[in-house]
Amino acid sequence: MSEADAVAVILWVGVTAYAVFGGADFGAGFWSLVSGPGEDGKRARALADWAIGPVWEANHVWLIFVLVMLWTGFSSAFEAIFSTLFIPLSLAAFGIVLRGSGFAFHKSAARLAGRNVSERLFGLSSLLTPFFLGTVVGAVASGRVPVGNAEGDPVTSWLNLVGIIVGALFVATSAYLSAVFLVHDARRAGARDLEQYFTNRALIAALAAGALAVAGLFALHSDARYVFDGLTGDGLPLVIVSALAGIAVLVLLQLGKPRGTRPLAIVAVAAIVWGWFVAQHPYLLPTHLKISQAAAPGPTLTAILIVFGVAALVVIPSLALLYTLAQRSLIEESPGPAPAPAARTTT
Amino acid sequence: MLLHLAPLAASDLGAARSQMAFTLAFHIILASLGVAFPAMMLIANYRGLRHDDAQALLLARRWSQVVAVTFAVGAVTGTVLSFEFGLLWPAFTGRFGKVFGVLFAIEGIFFFLEAVFVAIYIFGWKRLKPWAHFWAGVPIVICGIGGAFSVVAVNSWMNQPQGFSPSSGTVTSVQPLKVIFNPAVPYEVPHMILAAYLVTGFIVASIYAVGMLRGRRDHYHRLGLLIPLTVAVIATPIQFMVGDTAARAIAHDQPIKFAGMECVQQTSTHVTEYIYGRCTSSGVKGGIGIPGFDSFLVGFSTSTKVTGLHTVPANDRPPYNTMLHWAFDTMVGICTALIALGVWLGIAWWRRRDIPKTKWFLRAVAVSGIAAVVALECGWIVTEVGRQPWVVYNVLRTTDAVTDSSGIRLTFVIVVLLYAALAAALVITLRAMSRRWRTAGDDETQVPYGPSGGAPSEVAS
Repeated sequence: MSEADAVAVILWVGVTAYAVFGGADFGAGFWSLVSGPGEDGKRARALADWAIGPVWEANHVWLIFVLVMLWTGFSSAFEAIFSTLFIPLSLAAFGIVLRGSGFAFHKSAARLAGRNVSERLFGLSSLLTPFFLGTVVGAVASGRVPVGNAEGDPVTSWLNLVGIIVGALFVATSAYLSAVFLVHDARRAGARDLEQYFTNRALIAALAAGALAVAGLFALHSDARYVFDGLTGDGLPLVIVSALAGIAVLVLLQLGKPRGTRPLAIVAVAAIVWGWFVAQHPYLLPTHLKISQAAAPGPTLTAILIVFGVAALVVIPSLALLYTLAQRSLIEESPGPAPAPAARTTT
Repeated sequence: MLLHLAPLAASDLGAARSQMAFTLAFHIILASLGVAFPAMMLIANYRGLRHDDAQALLLARRWSQVVAVTFAVGAVTGTVLSFEFGLLWPAFTGRFGKVFGVLFAIEGIFFFLEAVFVAIYIFGWKRLKPWAHFWAGVPIVICGIGGAFSVVAVNSWMNQPQGFSPSSGTVTSVQPLKVIFNPAVPYEVPHMILAAYLVTGFIVASIYAVGMLRGRRDHYHRLGLLIPLTVAVIATPIQFMVGDTAARAIAHDQPIKFAGMECVQQTSTHVTEYIYGRCTSSGVKGGIGIPGFDSFLVGFSTSTKVTGLHTVPANDRPPYNTMLHWAFDTMVGICTALIALGVWLGIAWWRRRDIPKTKWFLRAVAVSGIAAVVALECGWIVTEVGRQPWVVYNVLRTTDAVTDSSGIRLTFVIVVLLYAALAAALVITLRAMSRRWRTAGDDETQVPYGPSGGAPSEVAS
């Protein structure tokens, strides 16, 4: 493997981490958006809030990681993507501002009105941001991002069937991941009713994601032949792994056995992200720019690999410490949305 | 500055520059707080543990909650800036991302660690043993300084680009160490880190000065005033010397930028230093002139030759000369006034171990926060506008770096509206937190990263 390929792999590690952790957070925002005003909805929002609080920031720095890796390792690809896809990326950035502010303020917002507004904004931008990021991936995969400064079409490059399907797929996948995680969190909090609530939603989201994935394959077949051939060629094993893992999660949830569904759901998402990598290899922007063509000079790539090595040595242990502390102290400090209201358990 | 934004937004390039200037000017305040506030929080924490001072511990705890909120907002505005590298300046990042990008990768590690330890520190108030908790805060301070180094080193590189070749067209060779340790790093990086400590110190002190002016003259408010103010008044004279060194270095490294800052039109010796005044192509009109002093500042002798703007063609000179000159003078003027404030405090402390008795001292501290922010923004105007028309000094023009896509004028308007709402929400939130501390107690306050308290179970009951 060349140094350029190694850096591309690191880039994709960041993409995978963002898809999984960032995705789960987007999903939590999505579920709080569609949770409705009733008692169920309120408890569901409280659970989502309780589950994502402390690790939010760490989850979203993966996005910055991806941006920095892209502009450092493959500057010309970064230029091409951010200039041609100015519109969806600007919209995604606005969504990130709204989402981040919702996160920053809604815990500390004293009055209920302020809390509701920031919760709404948080939910809405959790829907829009992954959608627009999805259209960006759709545009890249379907070969609509040529090299250069805004050389592609500013609108049709992303606003097309592939883009919309991939955007919707991002939203569905986020919702699915998040629901699976929340089933586990509900169980941890001992909230039986919410466990069922999110099991149902995980099933719906999984079916939606599956349907969109199949629709996406058809769209790719007619519109993005290079990636389609890759997904059904070299990438096929990963696509099959993703599908099997997804189906296994469905079956386990249906049987009421959520143990093991979290890692399986992660595998389902990660496998398809890597399937995409394999499918468009050796291209970064199919079929305009190869990894080797976009790669930075050797010393820069070496520096990236060194920095990544240091990061792995320093960041992963401290992140593990945070997750451990977070999980433990949450259990100690707040019992979570414990038993359902008595009225409901008797019916 | 706002007056200058309106005509700027008339073109796509103008809108891009305005949006970048606006978002950076906003972020730099939050970034300064992110770099320096944790240090003050830890000083309070240390005092609380060492001297068994419950009020100091309470301050540290409340400050950590403010750190959490400002850090979360700073992370948002920082993410926007990283998007803008592509949305506004794709041709700059497309050509040089491979050169300066490694610094951002390093910054990423610091930022990641900072986020993790902010969360641990906020979480740890009840969980961890007191000293273990204190030490969990130390990495935040170190990462803040490391992160500031990495980011400001990129800006230094834009001022003193080196470590890549060829100098035109696609970059094919990079020497990362020469990029990281470029010649502007030794003065620009310390200048910004000191600025962060100075600005944060005066902002925080000014808030407690207002509280004391309203009659809250207890031990708690005294500590809240003295801890940040001590840090700030120590940083200020050092900053003055570093800034002076930086100005001399710029006169040498970027003579046209220096000429713009000082409105020097023709190269000569015995150049007059003007305080304010209006810049015209035939020299400074109005203002207070000190004959020979500009030459003296550059080379410690009035016979030092200072390069003038007319040595380069008009389109190689920085724009908005008067604004640039005023920004420089205002920064230096405020820094001088803040040193005087520090001397005032120092004399009173030396004589009576107390802050000056007069209300005028508290009033001066109360405005010092705003003054320090103004100085900070002026400093950025000097370095950013002074570098124009270049984005990478003498290598890449800003006009060649901007995106070819249209729509920046619209995004600029949206960004201004969003940030106005963000600023309002931040101020309202911080004020609400402070009100709740006074009325409802500390456990009622929830912040990002913080423990969820009993929120979910409250819902269930």
